[in-house]
This record gives sequence, structure tokens and C-alpha cells, in this order.
Amino acid sequence: MSATNTYSRTAMTLHWLMAALIFAAFPLGVYMSDLKFSPLKLQLVSYHKWLGVTIFLLLLVRLVWRLRHTPPALAWRIAAWQQRAAHAVHQLLYALLVAIPLSGWLMSSAKGVPVVYFGIVQLPDLVSKDKALGHLLENIHASLNYALLGLVLLHIAAALKHHFLDKDDTLARMLPLLKRRRK
Amino acid sequence: MKLWLISFCCLSLGAHALEFNEVKTAQSSVTFGYKQMGVPLTGSFAKFAITANFDPAKPQTAAAKIDIALASIDTGNDDANDEVKDKVWFNTAQFPNAQFIASSIKALGGNRFEARGKLTIKGKTLDVVAPFTFQQTGLQGIFDGALAINRLDYGIGTGLWADVSTVANEVSIKFHFVASSRAAP
Repeated sequence: MSATNTYSRTAMTLHWLMAALIFAAFPLGVYMSDLKFSPLKLQLVSYHKWLGVTIFLLLLVRLVWRLRHTPPALAWRIAAWQQRAAHAVHQLLYALLVAIPLSGWLMSSAKGVPVVYFGIVQLPDLVSKDKALGHLLENIHASLNYALLGLVLLHIAAALKHHFLDKDDTLARMLPLLKRRRK
Repeated sequence: MKLWLISFCCLSLGAHALEFNEVKTAQSSVTFGYKQMGVPLTGSFAKFAITANFDPAKPQTAAAKIDIALASIDTGNDDANDEVKDKVWFNTAQFPNAQFIASSIKALGGNRFEARGKLTIKGKTLDVVAPFTFQQTGLQGIFDGALAINRLDYGIGTGLWADVSTVANEVSIKFHFVASSRAAP
């Protein structure tokens, strides 16, 4: 049974790739916001936007994949309330992963600086230029990101708790390297 | 019958001997397009003054002088609006205006014309060619034209900003002037 108790290779690739990109995009976003206007700032803002578009595209693939595949079951001895909590956190994470790139895209449009993916593909503007709206969306984008940070920390803490304290296979389903040998 | 004659006169005047010499700046605009990290942005200048006279039937006698207040710039990016008045960009403290003086205007056929002249920005003067169209409706004439320059030719955005992969060298200036006319004697 242990062979089927891991996520599919595709699901794992998407999960870890997105995790890596988010761990790059988040600090980049924080750092670049505080920079004074300079060529470096313009470059970093562009890289941040390209990362955001990539994360959003991967998310779309991931949502389609998720809808067509059932994830491996959680260990039967995990309490029902914990299973419900895990499910809720996962749904919130998906919601934020949709909302954050969208708020960034909206913010770019409102600020009048459209997103041009890799400097080549220009995304259509979602709203017209509006300074006040741009400022509001900037705050929303930042708040959503701090909410994501909180949820990701919770997500990681729960995974580590299951692995090291409960010693179940919750984390190993997504990271088979950690699979324990059954005695 | 009298009325008919008057309107005929006006129509023929409208078609021929009109000199456009009063530019309505409130209805006119000077904008520009450029790329920043591959992102196309549009900016504009809010303040400019134009003295011109132009008769589409005799473009060779036309004259035009345009002064643009560089500090009235909107770069299209709020963060950039203060930066761009700095020394490495326009240095507006020392060079408040950009100026274009037409040296010759010729007809290209149809409603198309071409203005040649000297463009001065930041103390540098270069020859430029600006093709434009002219549309006449009654006593009003509309000029629409464009002119491409390289910002570095004028020393706009030097030092850190000289890297054209961040802010492109090419800047396309677009002008839209609405002028009215008093009938030529």
C-alpha cells in the first residue's frame, strides 16, 4: 500500500517548484518595495512580476491536476478535526495563490505599469490607471502576502509536527525521500 | 441669396487662404512613449507654449517654435516623476525648457507634411525631422505628428541610467496641436 501513499510525481514537482518560486518572490517583493527608485529597482520589480506570472501559470496547471487526481489519504489515526483543519488550510492556500498574483496584476494595471512577461508578452490591463486604486491594491497585495506567510508557516509547522512528533507519513507523501522503512 | 454668397465665401476661405496661427494649448498635447524593462509606458508634458503660423497651401512660409516646460513632465510612472527632474535626467533646475524651432516645412502630398528643425534639450541641439498630418475642419486645424529621438543623444538619463536594457534609448514623441485661424487678408 505504501507505493500509492505518495502524491503523484506531477503534484510533487508542482508543489516544490511553486514553493521555491514563492520563497524567491516573497523576499524579493519586500526588498524591492523599500529600494529607492533606481535601475536595480526597475529590474527587480520586473523579475518579481515574472515570478508572479510563472507562479500563477503553474497554479492553473496544478488546480487542473488537483481536480482530476485524488491526493493520497492522511494517516487514519489523525484526528478528524485535524484532517478538517488541514483541508481548510490547503483550500485557503489555494485561494491566496490565486488572489496574490491577481492582486499584483491588478496593482500593475492601476499603477499604469503593465506586466510584460519576460519583457516579451504583454498582459492586458485589468483596470485603467488610477493612483488611489493602485495604492489600495498595493496594500491588499502586501496584506494577502503576509496572510500567506502565516499560513505557510502553519503548513510547515504541521508537516514537521507530523513527521517528527507523530512520526506518521504525512510529510513523506509529498517528500518520499523521508519515507520511513516499516519494521 | 446674400446668405448663400456669404457661406460660399466662408467655404472657399476654409478651403484655401487660411493661416493657422493660434494654438489652443488646452486642447493640445505633447506625449511620449518609451520602454522600461520591455514595458511600454506613456508620459506627457502638461505645460508648453507654441508660436506658429501655418498655411497648408503655402507650407514653405510656415514657422513654428515650441517650448516645453520639462518640470511639467508626467513619466507615466509616479515613482519616476521626481527622479526625472534630477541632474542625470533633465536637470530642470539648469535647463527648464526643451525647444523645437522649425527651419523648414514641406508638403509630402495629401494631408501629410514634414517639419525639419532643431531640437534643444539640456543644452544640446540636434537636427530632427518630424512628419505630421494636418486636418482642417472649418476654422480649426489639427496637427498630429511624431518624432523619434534617442535620449542618450541629449544626455538624458546618464550614469546609472545609461544602461538602455533597463530604460530604452528610443523615445517617440507625439504631438497633437489644435490651432485656430484668422482669415488671411
